[in-house]
Amino acid sequence: MIYRRRASPLHAARAAAGCAYCLALALAVLLLSAPVALGAVVIAIAGAAVGAGVSREIRRAALFALPLGVLVMAVNMLVAQGGLTVIARLGNLPVFGQTDVTLEATVYGAILGVRAIALVLCGALYTVAIDPDEVLGLFRRFSFHSALTATLATRMVPVLARDARRLAEAQRCRPGPPPSRARLMRATTAGVLDRALDVAAALEVRGYGAARRPGASGRVRRPYSRHDLAFGASAVALVGLAVGARIAGLVPFSADPSLYAPLGAGEVGVAVAIVLCALLPFADRRGIER
Amino acid sequence: MSVLSLEDVTYSYPCAAVPAISEVTLEIGAGELVVLAGGSGSGKSTLLRAANGLVPHFHGGVFAGRATVAGMDTREHAPGALAVAVGSLFQDPETQVVMSTVRAELALPLENRGDAPAVVARAVEEAALALGIAHLLDRPTSELSGGELQRVALGAALAGRPQLILLDEPTSQLDPVAGDELIALLRRLNEDFDAAIVIAEHRLERCLGVADRAIAMRGGRVVCDAAPGDFLAWACDAAPELATPGARLLHGLGLAPVAGVKAARSSLRSRGLLPDADSYATGAAERPRREPRRRAEDSALSLDRVWHEIDRGPAILRGVSLAVGPGERVALMGRNGAGKSTLLRHAAGLMKPTRGKVRSAGRVALLLQNPTDYLVHDRVAQEASPAALATVGLGDPALSARHPRDLSGGEKQRLALAIVLDAPPGEETAVVCLDEPTRGMDRGRKDELAALLRELDAAVLVATHDPEFVAAFAQRVVLLGEGAVIADGSPAEILAGGTYFATETARILGGAGGALRPDEGVALVVGAGAEVGA
Repeated sequence: MIYRRRASPLHAARAAAGCAYCLALALAVLLLSAPVALGAVVIAIAGAAVGAGVSREIRRAALFALPLGVLVMAVNMLVAQGGLTVIARLGNLPVFGQTDVTLEATVYGAILGVRAIALVLCGALYTVAIDPDEVLGLFRRFSFHSALTATLATRMVPVLARDARRLAEAQRCRPGPPPSRARLMRATTAGVLDRALDVAAALEVRGYGAARRPGASGRVRRPYSRHDLAFGASAVALVGLAVGARIAGLVPFSADPSLYAPLGAGEVGVAVAIVLCALLPFADRRGIER
Repeated sequence: MSVLSLEDVTYSYPCAAVPAISEVTLEIGAGELVVLAGGSGSGKSTLLRAANGLVPHFHGGVFAGRATVAGMDTREHAPGALAVAVGSLFQDPETQVVMSTVRAELALPLENRGDAPAVVARAVEEAALALGIAHLLDRPTSELSGGELQRVALGAALAGRPQLILLDEPTSQLDPVAGDELIALLRRLNEDFDAAIVIAEHRLERCLGVADRAIAMRGGRVVCDAAPGDFLAWACDAAPELATPGARLLHGLGLAPVAGVKAARSSLRSRGLLPDADSYATGAAERPRREPRRRAEDSALSLDRVWHEIDRGPAILRGVSLAVGPGERVALMGRNGAGKSTLLRHAAGLMKPTRGKVRSAGRVALLLQNPTDYLVHDRVAQEASPAALATVGLGDPALSARHPRDLSGGEKQRLALAIVLDAPPGEETAVVCLDEPTRGMDRGRKDELAALLRELDAAVLVATHDPEFVAAFAQRVVLLGEGAVIADGSPAEILAGGTYFATETARILGGAGGALRPDEGVALVVGAGAEVGA
């Protein structure tokens, strides 16, 4: 899963706006726990993935995160003893002791699981839709070396993945029993160190060791595009909605002692607003090719 | 005025028993294009690393003498500081490209210098235009081909307008077309940018024709420093492994060697020795025809209408049918992306065809491009049986105790070959497949490998870009294009008539008589002279 420039409004927006958008979605996931609001954020992420043309990658990330979500739900179901509606009495279990599974703990576990999955999806959306080189540019002003090291680490992932595939193929070509995992690990480590040394040498001759802060003279400010403005505004609106709804208690939710998740006009209104705020920037598809 | 000056430079890597370069003294002038020649381990790469400051700052070790680049002493200036004046390009483009888009990659060295964004943007555009990669600027580097990556890495080296550009075997990973294009591009950049260029290269026939000067190294010392023609004359007598095929052809005919196909042809023509290719057309037709199409049951390996289609992607192989006879030595050629490596993987069973069938008469051994991937043990003797080691010439007990990663490039290649040839008892190896085995090899090692392949009992199928190597070992050449077989014939039929997929001898002689190697060319020209004389 790597960044690849696509013709989409999110890819066309500058990295700062894209980062803010992804962060705003993640913040909404963390602040809102009512099923209707959380469901709206998940719909917004899925819609953003479709709008950005990265639905395949996001679907793959969702499949990857699904076991994590189920695990979170199962653990909460077994560990949390709150709630009045018992749906199963599991008796005395090792480690957990006397265990009663309640509807409230199960629902809250599901909410936590969905939240974990949604956070993974926000991260995946950032990875595939936000240009890491532009992000490097954003952080360069604060710490060039750290930002470059982070970018380099990202870049090394596909290179090392390719190396691992090559090594696995070579081992398949070896006749006889395969070498032990420990041996393979040692060989792989040696290969990675060789790679790292080559990359370090390449960076040295590009002047990385003597890196200076970018010169200010002659700086040309890039004009804000319609997509920069749209995603920036969307991020602000999403944060405003999530924070406002949380403070004003517009989408209340409680799972202890009993479930409380009203579904009135206010809750539906916030959910619709979240989806609209998140997806409206994708409606304008002018100037998305580079 | 010199941009690089080495005075009595001697350098030893940490823990090394002998210096990698010894008492090297040379000067490279502004705007010169210099080719650095020498076998593997002769000190070429170390010399380049001494020029860009990696030696001694990055590698450590013991450094004596004085190296000055654009007036900066490398002992006092680290590679980062020298990068203002020196651009470097190494062998493997994969490890040199560190950013995720081409634009960011070209900008990185300038941003490291602290140049203003407007200066960076202009330099990036100019470097991209000069290298013909403007259309790639916003492409992710992870999607580029080897040739494109190498151009991008060269662009990053050039973007800062360095006075000196150092290239360490820049064409070793490229197909003949991309390699020739890169060398032509370097000549143009040398003229346009007035940058001095030093290229360390094994395939001298590719770059001597555009060079102003050639420097030969042996055992870490400079043994020849002369104009290309004089260098070749020296090489023919003192270091035949460094003489280009064209030089050996002329030397064999008693003529002074010259660099480049055009100059060699002129030399022959001026003496009336250039054979007329048309007059040999009959000769070529009279050559014994290839055996009729072999039945799958009689073959060591057969591919029957094999397709390899990627899900939601292109078809890499398009109905390839190919039969390799027992003991037959076949070269698989074609440009990057033609499907050679995929075909070998299908032959060895690493991939399953989406359509079609692959059959073999026994085990198929496959040696992939990087021999180091096969090495997992601590001693050579643990990697393969004594018999397999002896087959590849690594039977020496002194080698058996060494760590495989401490072997030279050629020895690693042979050890990896021993590993894949080491069939379990009762299993017979019917076919040996090798994927680009000569990458980064000097001529001596290529000759050794060709001799080894000729001695194997099994059929041999080698994917390669190297026509000289093909001429040395193959009985048959299969040319792939866009995943399909576009030509299949004897080496003389395939390699004599082309430009890119042709040996230098064939290019000089215009394909006359199907002569591919210098000795064949000499025999042809001498024979023609005798006929004319009679």
